[in-house]
Amino acid sequence: MKHKTFLWFFLPSGMAMFLFIAMPIVSVLTQSVFAPHEQVIREVENCTLFGCSKATQIDQEATRALREAEPMGRFVGPSIYTDRNHLAFAEVAGIWRNASGLGNFFGQVTNLPFYDALSFTLTYTALVTPLSLVLGLIIALAVNGLPRLFRGPVIFVSLLPMIVTPLVGALILFWMIDARGILGAALQALAGDPGLSVKASTPLMWAMLIVYGVWSSAPFAFVIYYAGLQTVPGDTLESAMIDGASRWERIRYVILPHLLPLTTFMALIKIMDNFRVFEPIVSFSAGAHAKSLSYFIYSDLGGETRLLSSAAATSVLTIAGIIVLLSPVLVRTWHAFGRVRA
Amino acid sequence: MTTRVADRRPLTLRVVMSSFLVLWLIVAAFPFLWTLWGSFKVEGDFFSKADWLNALTGPLTVSETGSSFTGSGYYGAWVQEEFWRAAMNSLIVVVCVVCISLTFGTLGGYALSRSPYRYAFWLLLVSLVFRAMPPITLVSGYLLPFFEWNLWGHLPTAIIVLVAINQPFTLWMLTSFFRNIPKDLDESAMMDGCSRFQAFRHVIIPVMWPGVITTGLFSFLLAYNDFAVTAMLLSKENQTMIPKIASFLGTTQTKGNVMFAVSSVISVTAPLFLLVMFFQRQIVSGLTAGAVKG
Repeated sequence: MKHKTFLWFFLPSGMAMFLFIAMPIVSVLTQSVFAPHEQVIREVENCTLFGCSKATQIDQEATRALREAEPMGRFVGPSIYTDRNHLAFAEVAGIWRNASGLGNFFGQVTNLPFYDALSFTLTYTALVTPLSLVLGLIIALAVNGLPRLFRGPVIFVSLLPMIVTPLVGALILFWMIDARGILGAALQALAGDPGLSVKASTPLMWAMLIVYGVWSSAPFAFVIYYAGLQTVPGDTLESAMIDGASRWERIRYVILPHLLPLTTFMALIKIMDNFRVFEPIVSFSAGAHAKSLSYFIYSDLGGETRLLSSAAATSVLTIAGIIVLLSPVLVRTWHAFGRVRA
Repeated sequence: MTTRVADRRPLTLRVVMSSFLVLWLIVAAFPFLWTLWGSFKVEGDFFSKADWLNALTGPLTVSETGSSFTGSGYYGAWVQEEFWRAAMNSLIVVVCVVCISLTFGTLGGYALSRSPYRYAFWLLLVSLVFRAMPPITLVSGYLLPFFEWNLWGHLPTAIIVLVAINQPFTLWMLTSFFRNIPKDLDESAMMDGCSRFQAFRHVIIPVMWPGVITTGLFSFLLAYNDFAVTAMLLSKENQTMIPKIASFLGTTQTKGNVMFAVSSVISVTAPLFLLVMFFQRQIVSGLTAGAVKG
């Protein structure tokens, strides 16, 4: 295809991505090094009969004029990145000097807002990704053993947790684990503690969010693994059986290696998705116990005072995190492409 | 082949696998059934302090409304709180997003699939990175410029933003789909004197619908399920359904309001349910298309 034709075909899509994905990244980068203008303070002298006194007052007009002249705010360099709400260099250094051990150090660092969000996001990603893959694989193996007649309905039901809107799916679970809901009541009965409430406990909240994560992403793994199982080479399986391989050995040496490329693909997709975990925290109103990076940005953006600069700095750090997570894949794809070309 | 292997499975294994499967089906479906049933009760029953069985039998529903099922949650949400307005907005957003992103995506995906040059590969790689961006990080980039240019709060703004966020995925999927359509098809049309666009128009468009429909389903899901973009970029009167539900939660202090949320949750889930029912095959094939390509 000629370059010029390519350009015309690709233009609408390319423009949309350029204007609304690439430019916002630039916008986030610039916003993160600017802070809103402070109010202009003017000193005025109040003279009465008994003498003069100086007082400071806010010059509304000058403030407005300044804000209109430079809507970006004042340039502050990287200071937003290093402040207490983000990378908190000074605080981390202080904790490092005073901490009594490595555990204590990490314990204190994760009390800082940014590291708190980062630690939840990484824990969530690191647990939900493998757990949902394993659960999906087991479901796929089980469905593969079913008579053909039952497979359709089983796949239909299994798709539901994945298809449903994340905010809505999380709400449905949240209402059930409410202290007055069916699962909440069951938990209380199991623990023998009528005062038990998931909403009030940080570890339980984390556990529930992870349960939701596995529940909603296992179907994806299931569907992919199930499709993969349909293409397992029959000859190889048969010869493995003739050679006397047990059921477990056949799974271990024939089926799993066949599914490995699918696993890498899914791990990539799921890491991207889990790293942006956001809606369940809104649904569970878990903000007090568990914050993800996305939720951190959301809570900065919402509310009375929109903390745009702070949100922008967190966004830049999140994007950096994504690129670090994806870098092995990007490097590998690049090498693979180089081989194809050569 | 598979049936033969299945037949040879020992009994214990079959029992373990089947009971595991039954357990999974309950875990997957029960929350929806439970909430559907509960949405026809009053709050005191769905969230019962006394006994969880109340949510099934609904004694308070009987004493408050006179029958064991009540539509008051639905009435309150749809009529009183004007959920229908949000539903209309959602409909507009979803239809526009699906149409525009499929138009852009088929053109772009076709071009990417037919270009032998290196930049096509780079564009795909860049869009993979774009696909990984959490939408909320982009939203924090939109707010300031949108306020400045008075674009904030309108439906078209949210639509074009969702289209853009949708593009990387659409491009990946349609590119891999167009690669499966033999090149000879459009190239022979061009031999016969068609321009590239005419070849696309007369030869490719008639055969592309299966792939486009599958991709369209996923665009639909993205636009329908979005919370981050619509919650932050739309003003209150232009809200779509998902942010509207979230706003019910903010005002749960008033008695019964949480039942508005429960009934609207069911209202939002019902179309998705139908979607899976009718398009199960396409959804499954769409999910696997990307994976098989690797």
